[in-house]
Amino acid sequence: MRTILYLIRKEFLQIFRDKFIGRAIFAVPIVQMLLLVPAVTFEIKNVKLCVIDRDISVESRALINQLEGSTFFKIKYSTFSEKEAENLLHRNKCDLILQIPSGFSKNIGTGNPVKVLASINAINATNAQLSWAYLNGILRDYNMNILLENAGDLAVSSIPQISFSNRYWYNEMLNYKFYMLPGILGILVTAIGFLLAGLNLVKEKEVGTIEQINVTPVRKYQFIIAKMVPFLIIGLADLALGLLIGKLFFNIPFEGSIGLLFLASAIFLVAVLGLAIFLSTFSSTQQQFMFVAFFFLIIFILMGGIFTPVDSMPMWAQKFDLVNPMAYLMRINRMVMLKGSTFQDISRDIYSLIIIAVGFTAFAVRMYRKTA
Amino acid sequence: MQEIISASGISKKFEAAQALKDISFEVNESEIFGFIGPDGAGKTTLFRIITTLLLPDEGEIKVLGLDAIKGFLELRKNIGYMPGRFSLYQDLTVEENLNFYATVFGTTVKENYDLISDIYSHIEPFRKRIAGKLSGGMKQKLALSCALIHKPKLLVLDEPTTGVDAVSRSEFWDMLKKLKQHNITILVSTPYLDEAMRCNRVALIQNGKILSIDNPQKIREGFSRKLFSAKAPEKHKLINALREYPGTLSAYPFGDSVHITFHNDEFDDSLYEHLKKVGIEKTTITESEASIEDRFLELMKKGTTG
Repeated sequence: MRTILYLIRKEFLQIFRDKFIGRAIFAVPIVQMLLLVPAVTFEIKNVKLCVIDRDISVESRALINQLEGSTFFKIKYSTFSEKEAENLLHRNKCDLILQIPSGFSKNIGTGNPVKVLASINAINATNAQLSWAYLNGILRDYNMNILLENAGDLAVSSIPQISFSNRYWYNEMLNYKFYMLPGILGILVTAIGFLLAGLNLVKEKEVGTIEQINVTPVRKYQFIIAKMVPFLIIGLADLALGLLIGKLFFNIPFEGSIGLLFLASAIFLVAVLGLAIFLSTFSSTQQQFMFVAFFFLIIFILMGGIFTPVDSMPMWAQKFDLVNPMAYLMRINRMVMLKGSTFQDISRDIYSLIIIAVGFTAFAVRMYRKTA
Repeated sequence: MQEIISASGISKKFEAAQALKDISFEVNESEIFGFIGPDGAGKTTLFRIITTLLLPDEGEIKVLGLDAIKGFLELRKNIGYMPGRFSLYQDLTVEENLNFYATVFGTTVKENYDLISDIYSHIEPFRKRIAGKLSGGMKQKLALSCALIHKPKLLVLDEPTTGVDAVSRSEFWDMLKKLKQHNITILVSTPYLDEAMRCNRVALIQNGKILSIDNPQKIREGFSRKLFSAKAPEKHKLINALREYPGTLSAYPFGDSVHITFHNDEFDDSLYEHLKKVGIEKTTITESEASIEDRFLELMKKGTTG
C-alpha cells in the first residue's frame, strides 16, 4: 500500500512538472465546454430561402411575410427565374426554394387545390427534414388563417377536428445545449483519462524507465494501479470543472444526484483506463498508441449515442454498444442530469459498466504481465 | 568462496536471431566480472536474463542461490541493475529519483548513505536539478547511486561507460573498485577492450557465445603468436602496405602504432624493401608484448572464421 501511494505521488509529481500538461489538464475542459456546447447543435436557424412568387398577390405576400416572421427562415433571394433559383441552390447560396405559382390567390376559396412547391437541399438530411417540418408548420398556420377568414370563427369551431397540444418532458424548451452538455462532459473525461494514461505508460516504455522499475520489487498490479489512480482523480476533477462551467455559463439543470454521476463516471473511467493500459501494452511508441487510441475513441464516441440515438442504430451496432462504455455513460449522464434518475433507475447500466471495467482492467494486468 | 551466479546452458532465441547459445559461467563473491564483446554480442540479453527481466529458452541459472526464474521476486530485492540506456526519470530531480528508488525498495537514502556517499557526493550539489539536464558523467553517477541505494548483493551494469569521456570512465572504474570493499559482486559489460584489465575475471563474448573466461592476465598470455609493432607517420598507408605483403598474417591499428603478426612469426628485409616501394621509408618494426586486446582480436577472428 505504501508503495502504491508512493508511486501515485511520483505520477502526480511528473504530471504537474510538465508545465504544458499540467495546465492543459484544466484548460482543455474549459475550452471544450465553452466551444463545443454552443457549437454542436441540431437547432436550425436562418434557413436561407429563395422565393419565386409568380402570383404577386395579397395572399402570396401574406405567406411570405409569415415565413419571414419566423426565426427559422431568412428570405435571401426572390426571383422569377426558376433557373436562377436552381443556380443559387447549386452554389449553396440558398437552402430551400419556395415556388408560388400564378393563380395561387385566384384558386383560394374556389375548391380547386392550391399548390406551392418546395425544393430543399438535402445534402444534410437532418437539416432538410427539419426545414421541411418547419415549413410545413408555417403552411398549416397559414391554411388555418385562410379558413378563419373565409368561414368565420363559428363555422371553424363546428368542424370536427382533433386539436392536440404537446409538452416536451425533461427538456421543455428543447434546448440542445442541455442535451449535448452531458454528452460532451463524457467525451471530455474520456479523452483526458484515456489518452494521458496510455501515453504515460508508453512513454515509460519508450524512454526505458519501465526497465528500471521492473527490476525493483514493485509488483505489476501495484504499478498499474498507480498508473490508473492519478488519471481517475484528474478525470473526476475535470468532470467537476465541466459541471461548474455548465452551471455558470449554460445554466444546465441538474435534476439527479451529483454523487451518483460521479460514481458512474468513476466506474466508467476505470473501464477506459483499463482499456488504455491494455492497448499501451501493444504499443512500443507514443505514436503507435495515439493512432490506436484515436481509432477506439472515434468508434466509442460516434457509436456511443452522443449525436445519434443508439435506439435508431442497426441491430449489430446496438449489440456492439453493450461493450461500449461510452454508450452507458451517455445514457447515465443524461438520465441523471436531465431526468433526475436514481440509482435504481440506472442500476442495470451501472452493473454493466462495472463488469466492463473489471474486464478491461483484468485484461490490462494480464497483458502487461506477459509483455513487460 | 560462494558462487553468486551459476549459469549453465543458457540459450535465448529472438524471432530472427539466436541471441545466446549455450552460455555457461560462474561468478564468485566480491569479484568484478566483465563481459567484453562487440555490439550485438548478446551482453544485454544475458544481463536481462540475470536480472529476471527475460526468460531463457533453455538452461538453468541461479543467482544469489536462487533460481532466477522461480525466485525472481526475492531476487529483485537484492539486485541492483543499471541498464545501458539512462533509465531514470528525466523529469524528476536528482534527489527525487534517489528517494523514489529508495522507497520502492523499502529503504531510505539515509540508511544506506555510506554506501553511495563516494559517488553521490559528486552530484549532491545538483540535487535539485532535473535528471534530464545532467551531463553524461553525472547521469551515470546518479544511475549508479540509484542502483546501489538498496544495498544490493549483486550489481549488474550494462555498458556503464559507453558514451562517457575517458576521464569519467577511469573514475568510474575506481568507484567500482571501492564498492568491492562493501562485499558487492559486480557484473559489468563493456565494448571497450582496454577496460578488461580492470576486472578480476572477464568473459569474451561474441555472437552469443563465450569465447574465453579467465583472469585478464591469463587471457593476455594466451596470445599464440609473436607480435610486432610498427610506427609510421601515415598509419593508414602503412597498414595497407603491410597487408599487401605476402608474409603478413594480420595488421591492425593499435593506438598510434600498428600491430602485425606473420605467418611464420618472423620477417626479413624483404618487408622493408616492400615498404620502401610504396614510399614508406622511416619505419622500424620491433617485437612487442601482446596486450589483452591483441588476444581478444585474435580470439574474435577465430570465432568468426572457425
